[in-house]
Amino acid sequence: VTRTNRLALAHLWVAITAFGVAAAMALMQALSRASLELPWRSPRMYYLSVTAHGTLMALVFTTFFIMAFGYVVAERTLGRDVPHLGLAWAGYWTALVGTLAAVAAILSGKATVLYTFYPPLKAHPAFYIGAALLIVGSWLWGVVMLRSHAVWRREHPAEATPLAAHGMLATVIIWFIATAGVAAEVVFQLIPWSLGITQTVDPELSRMLFWYFGHPLVYFWILPAYVVWYTVAPRVAGGKVFSEPLARLAFALFIILSTPVGFHHQFLDPGIPASWKLFHTVLTFAILFPSFLTAFTVTASFEVAGRSRGATGLLDWIRRLPWGDPLVASVLLSMLLFAVGGIGGAINAGYGMNAVVHNTAWIQGHFHLTVGSAVALTFMGTAYWLLPRLSGRELELGLLAKVQPYLWFLGMILFAISNHVTGLMGMPRRIFDESYGGSAIAERWRALTDVSAVGGVFLFASAAFFVMVMLGTALAGRRRTPEPIEWAEPLEPPPPGRTVFDRYGLWAAVAVLLVAVAYGYPLWSHLQLPRFGSPGYSPF
Amino acid sequence: MNVPLYEKIWMWAAAGLIAAFIATVLVTAIGGALQPPSHIETIDPTHVWDDPRFQQTGVTTTSHGATVVVVGLMFAFVPNEIHVPAHRPVTFRLTSADVTHGFEIVGTNGNTMLVPGYVSQFTTTFDRPGEYLIVCNEYCGLGHHLMSGKLIVEEDGS
Repeated sequence: VTRTNRLALAHLWVAITAFGVAAAMALMQALSRASLELPWRSPRMYYLSVTAHGTLMALVFTTFFIMAFGYVVAERTLGRDVPHLGLAWAGYWTALVGTLAAVAAILSGKATVLYTFYPPLKAHPAFYIGAALLIVGSWLWGVVMLRSHAVWRREHPAEATPLAAHGMLATVIIWFIATAGVAAEVVFQLIPWSLGITQTVDPELSRMLFWYFGHPLVYFWILPAYVVWYTVAPRVAGGKVFSEPLARLAFALFIILSTPVGFHHQFLDPGIPASWKLFHTVLTFAILFPSFLTAFTVTASFEVAGRSRGATGLLDWIRRLPWGDPLVASVLLSMLLFAVGGIGGAINAGYGMNAVVHNTAWIQGHFHLTVGSAVALTFMGTAYWLLPRLSGRELELGLLAKVQPYLWFLGMILFAISNHVTGLMGMPRRIFDESYGGSAIAERWRALTDVSAVGGVFLFASAAFFVMVMLGTALAGRRRTPEPIEWAEPLEPPPPGRTVFDRYGLWAAVAVLLVAVAYGYPLWSHLQLPRFGSPGYSPF
Repeated sequence: MNVPLYEKIWMWAAAGLIAAFIATVLVTAIGGALQPPSHIETIDPTHVWDDPRFQQTGVTTTSHGATVVVVGLMFAFVPNEIHVPAHRPVTFRLTSADVTHGFEIVGTNGNTMLVPGYVSQFTTTFDRPGEYLIVCNEYCGLGHHLMSGKLIVEEDGS
């Protein structure tokens, strides 16, 4: 086990633990929404579990998994242990201590503010300080990632960055730009306010800073999944990357377009001019382009795999893919779910149409297809592939690992479709109970809410299978020489040498410039308003 | 960059689709004046009840339409029942007296955030008379799911 392996495994286990706890919270919500009169069913427990589920899944599981995967990519594609191991471990402990502080605040009922923590809902300071430490820890990871590339670059001045490392560098750059917003919100507004140093906070400024972070956050999640789709899954399936330069282009476009789009989460906010919302809308649609590229290239790479396995005819290659392999099945199913989720995303971004779905159950239906499937299912599949290779133990409970992605798919179809429909019918998201005093209008949401609860139970079973396979592998997996970690080769090797896609400083500069245009003026003019602060409230 | 033919076709198709999406938004936004509520007006959230703009909540009807003044608070809308005329523009003016709330008229595109310190405003026309459910769609505390109201759209003369 190399030193980087140990580092990656430590991060992976935090991710798996967070995922397991978050999944248990989801089961609690599902049973609660099914109106089963369980003894612990109460609004307090429901909203607490929504907060814990969202925070642990969206912020902790994803961040730690991406840190783990990033270290693996850095070590295995750049050919050496990552530099500055001390710094990397400092990042791990900082992020872990922060996570524990925030989780303690949530589980003790002092931070039921949901993972979006909009002020003037006010949580215990440990929640905000913990969140800040999680981000600081991830920044140390980002520094180590950039330094690994710099060290490699010095020794390989003329080579193109390996594709997987290219994708992870894009992830790191987006993360640095994005987290500036939430760090400003938490450090300058929320921590002093929760400690009583300041009395009031401007909730709209907080929302702008949060969503400055909140949308690129989704690319921080999805880009590592794309790295798996481009460079790992085709290899495991026996294929090659159909068009490597276009994959590089896609990642570069994500760097520049991820952040200046946040107002499409705030279409219905007062205090933001419609013209700037429209500007962000146009850029939001532009960012569909690299995802369209990805859909094509990854599908074509799988076709290459199917044909190399002897497929003939137009669609036979689909049947020939190794659907029984947990990684390949996870990626293929997550792509199918993401196709639906992506179209839903274009609807959400529809400037005029958004009012029909904003803050309805449609939204949770949508993001469970994107982050909850494209990202989470891909990460679970990746863990089946990664854990044996890092720990030198064979995957245990292989049958559960084979079934798990399909169970997730089934559960997600039930959950997401029912939520999309009830959302269109107007049911708000994140509610303990949808009876609204016996309203006849609300009564129509009942049956599909039960369907979504059944979906939730399937999803929990799938999550439990995943955690069991992970624990089984770590505790009882047969020791053996690990299989190598290999990356998909390009179908047609591109001409050797660096290209414009290796100019990360340039892409980052363009990104910062676009952010300055999209956010500079709106934030400046916001600060010119006669603003009144809001005191804090803790109605939980 | 050497791009395979099929991928070139796909790229143009994707770009065309995106251009069509953007065109749809721009045409309805600029041509049809379909805009999300984006009113800019601030208010002291700790003095909403003494503010002349919100001292008188409720509906003011004129021959041109109606203006509805609503305050959201944990966990109710004031007023809780709103009567407006059908087929005439209704302007809603809303704010929050405590935390962030949502104001959603179920089954319509009447939907806005109530952010403390800000006044939200939107104008819409209801063509179907009847009773509508109003819900808070932004988590605002343990009574969030209880925060609701009624909108009654009335035919002229009724």
